[in-house]
Amino acid sequence: MNKDCEKDKDLAVVLVVGKDRSGIVAQISDFLWKEEINIEDISQKIMQGIFVMTMLVDLAGARSDLGVLAPKFEKLGEKTGLSIQIQHHQIFETMHRV
Amino acid sequence: MPLNISLEEIYETYRMTEKEHFDIRAVTLGINLLPCTSDNFSKLCKRVEKKIVTTARQFVKRAEKIDARFGIPIINKRLTITPAALVLSGALTGAAAEDRKRVVAFAKLLDHCAREVGVDFLGGFGALAEKGMSYADQTLVDAIPEALGSTEKICGFINLASSKAGINMRGVAKIGGIIRDLALNSENAIGAAKFVVFANAVSDNPFMAGGFHGVQEADNVLNVGISGPGVVRRTVEAAPRDLPLDEIAEIIKKTAFKITRAGELIGRELARDLGVRFGSLDLSLAPTTAVGDSVGRILEAMGLERVGTHGSTAALALLTDAIKKGGLMASSHIGGLSGAFVPVSEDVGLSEAVKIGALTIDKLEAMTTVCSVGLDMIPVPGDTKTTTISAIIADELAIGMMNNKTTAVRLIPVPGKKAGEMVSWGGLLGEAYIVPLHQENSDYFIWRKGQIPAPVTSFRN
Repeated sequence: MNKDCEKDKDLAVVLVVGKDRSGIVAQISDFLWKEEINIEDISQKIMQGIFVMTMLVDLAGARSDLGVLAPKFEKLGEKTGLSIQIQHHQIFETMHRV
Repeated sequence: MPLNISLEEIYETYRMTEKEHFDIRAVTLGINLLPCTSDNFSKLCKRVEKKIVTTARQFVKRAEKIDARFGIPIINKRLTITPAALVLSGALTGAAAEDRKRVVAFAKLLDHCAREVGVDFLGGFGALAEKGMSYADQTLVDAIPEALGSTEKICGFINLASSKAGINMRGVAKIGGIIRDLALNSENAIGAAKFVVFANAVSDNPFMAGGFHGVQEADNVLNVGISGPGVVRRTVEAAPRDLPLDEIAEIIKKTAFKITRAGELIGRELARDLGVRFGSLDLSLAPTTAVGDSVGRILEAMGLERVGTHGSTAALALLTDAIKKGGLMASSHIGGLSGAFVPVSEDVGLSEAVKIGALTIDKLEAMTTVCSVGLDMIPVPGDTKTTTISAIIADELAIGMMNNKTTAVRLIPVPGKKAGEMVSWGGLLGEAYIVPLHQENSDYFIWRKGQIPAPVTSFRN
């Protein structure tokens, strides 16, 4: 990992879980675009018919901070019938890496 | 950059915060009030108010910002101060009635400061008196029923024993009456929930009601209390029923490691934001009344039909030790109490076990030899003799003194209630059934007063 270029980034992880159907990625990306959140990485798979997607996003240029975004993601989840959650990237790093 | 965290790890973290109530239970800012001392009481008050308000003005706002940034809830924001008896001692004149009024006024001033800066509680209204009580200590203790009964956010403590000094039995004898008066002086005896008697009290405890800012600490220090009985319960429940106990210890240790790491991250960020020193991290499984957030249930998940039955002490020993080990590996700043709390009224599992008679006062006392604190939040009959309260305290302090550990007592004699009846405080304090006590008295033992000498530290069998 190149630490220098990460300095200005404010990374968060978005987890999307729900029933697989068409247009999920489009709906989420559209929301991120409107909130001016940049997508750094996406991984997605179908586990036993369940759609699971994780996104690494950069909040540095976003319209609002994580505290404001979290309820918005929850609302979007309700609208689209998915479970969508966001959390700061550093939490995962510290919890799962020695 | 690519995401280097696996899906399982991401899901685990979400589950911990969303479903299993993992949270930062308390961020506690310790403030040294010794520079405020004066022989003029009103000058002292002015200095104390200025010091607290200027130091903690941004505290709650900053903590809320960190909460939002990391998405892990910070439940309580608290302050601790230098033990109040030390701060007050120079401003007391020796006229007992006047001085008592000053102590109560000081408590009210602290209560006002706590409201001003928006914290949940302010701890440290107490004294360190394991070897004897100074005039200031005595005056403060005498004023405790009125001071804690007439304030909302102030928590008090007294340290009456240590492994080095023994047990101050004169103080223990006195405090039985103080606890009864405190219970009588507040609605539903709730005042007694804000007062803790300690052996080997620690100076960096972020949890209430026993937190205070020790004199050996730096000026302003942030201590963090992390919790997560729900997370640990879930991992133990998910393990196969025949998994050997060493492997149970291993999974508890790993879970403790993860939650400690997250807690340290948040503590450090907040301390940096506030420009204060990051003190210690206290990983204590502190139950709440939320369903599943129970230490009792963890022990039951290990294979006990009900907490309180035979095997409970062993299960709790395993749990407390595994938590400490996981925490110590995760952070070099582990301090405070660190382990598992067994507060009866705040823990649904313990409370139910008391109701059906599986958990008795004697088993609770045995369990406190291996938990991280002591007899905590135990409602006892309102007509309990003050000497009996003192004797329960003496027993618990003896466990701490002999075993070089912190022990504490927070008993709540509820007026008008008898053993087996329910008492409900609502909120975080929960509800519980009055715990039956032994009926035989301990009067002459307590009336002897004096000091129980410090124990020998080698030749231990």
